[in-house]
Amino acid sequence: MTLLIEKHAKPSIQEILESGTFLVTGEIGPPKGSNIDEMIHHIDLLKDKVHAMNITDNQSSVMRYPSLGTAILIKERGGEPNLQVTCRDRNRLAIEADLLFAYTRGIRSVLCLTGDSIPVGDHKDAKSVFDIESVQLLQLIRNMEEGKDLGGNELNEPVSFYKGAIVTPEANPIEPQMLKFRKKIEAGAQWFQTQAVYDMDNFKRFMEQARKIDDKVKICAGLVLLTGPGQIKYMNNNVPGVFVPENLAKEMEEAPKEERLATGIRICARQIRMCIDEKLCDGVHIMAIGKEDVVPQILEEAGVDITKL
Amino acid sequence: MIITKSKPFEEVLKELEGESKIFIVGCGSCATTCETGGEEQVAEMKKRLEEEGKTVTGTTVYEEVCHELNTKRKFRENKEAVEAAEGFLVMCCGAGCQSVREATEKAVHPACDTVFLGNILRLGNFEEKCSLCGECVLEDFGAICPVTRCHKGILNGPCGGTDNGKCETDREKDCAWTLIYKQLEKEGKLDRFSRIYGPKNWQANMKPGRVIFEKKGGE
Ligand code: SF4
Ligand code: SF4
Repeated sequence: MTLLIEKHAKPSIQEILESGTFLVTGEIGPPKGSNIDEMIHHIDLLKDKVHAMNITDNQSSVMRYPSLGTAILIKERGGEPNLQVTCRDRNRLAIEADLLFAYTRGIRSVLCLTGDSIPVGDHKDAKSVFDIESVQLLQLIRNMEEGKDLGGNELNEPVSFYKGAIVTPEANPIEPQMLKFRKKIEAGAQWFQTQAVYDMDNFKRFMEQARKIDDKVKICAGLVLLTGPGQIKYMNNNVPGVFVPENLAKEMEEAPKEERLATGIRICARQIRMCIDEKLCDGVHIMAIGKEDVVPQILEEAGVDITKL
Repeated sequence: MIITKSKPFEEVLKELEGESKIFIVGCGSCATTCETGGEEQVAEMKKRLEEEGKTVTGTTVYEEVCHELNTKRKFRENKEAVEAAEGFLVMCCGAGCQSVREATEKAVHPACDTVFLGNILRLGNFEEKCSLCGECVLEDFGAICPVTRCHKGILNGPCGGTDNGKCETDREKDCAWTLIYKQLEKEGKLDRFSRIYGPKNWQANMKPGRVIFEKKGGE
């Protein structure tokens, strides 16, 4: 069959993780509007600094340039995309069709999410779809890999993706979250990126539990760049499943205003170093949300050069 | 119980623009419990419409306006007032409104917004627990409906937004998946939680729903 991209410029996420290399991924948040200059700038800035880039899918239920279009753009510019797919805006037909398209354009890895709810976003009157959800999306892809769509019909050729999912180490209560983690693996998840973690002791405990459930599945820690006390307060009060512990909040508060970003960079670099040195997990996913420019700096401060991992 | 909320009076007035003779229909069942279309609310509506210069040719409040034969019978009983009216204001659910639609060729106006099939927690306090999906899966989930009570209708466990047992969409609402987990744990049936549930059949009840029961022998 003809893949429209004949040659991959970069190794895939699967190749990296399965070779035992520590995976470093970044994230691209597409813009609202048709001017994609800044996004292209970010893609070019990151494509050789990280192994791959996630592309958010109408993140926080805010309408933006599409994740699939951005994934292809990343591919065209020689980067490696990790396509995020949510179930909020598309039903099973639309998702299957998108996946066929993604596959023929050389997209090799898909992160399966249920998606945020409509009311948190900027189209509050929209109809939410949720025809399927994350676990069923993993099943759907496995079906397509076996040559069938969810209607039970044959595909003229199957697809193949490295199937990712997310897990929330700070979930409260944690037990149902761990059961769901297990289900995602059963449904086909081969690797995980976590929701943002800051409390590394809790993350260690989570990793122990996770390894007990499955010691082969790959898990990458999600790290969101801290930018100031306001953001920390906001996340602690408003973002479920995210918790910034007291000591980090204090470190940020004590930093002079002009050094807050530098402090956030330092904290993030420290976390990355810890994950590598203590072999806590299989990789990190850095979310700089709007501050993609500083990702190379974070990596430099962490002493991470992906060509040398 | 069908839960309704009254539309703002200004909106109702707007609906009735150009009609001066109105017949008001209230419902003795759900809309009475919701206090949106019982005797009291119908009398109040009559008074307010008259203050606005409308003529109320008649009012009626009876059990189950959604019963179409009943509604036609009530209209026959109120023949004169019904015939004198230019339009009908229906103070109950959308089903009741459309029952009235079948009983007259004149204009029919809704006075309420119909919100959900609700449980009565106490008077004036209702909660949606079933959304009539057409293929009930309660058996697998400790009789707590994930289709309705989880904002995203997830069948396989909590999303990342669950927060101390509350839902990410509204801290006042319980996360259905925390409830289901606790219930199945109590029953010693966590294996059901661990099962993977495939995509749901959303066409189990193809819209618009229609059911015709075969008559049992003898009737
Ligand atoms: S599964 Fe839920 S929505 Fe469907 S019939 Fe049962 S209670 Fe109602
Ligand atoms: S928080 Fe719970 S109820 Fe709300 S959408 Fe997530 S899983 Fe469903």
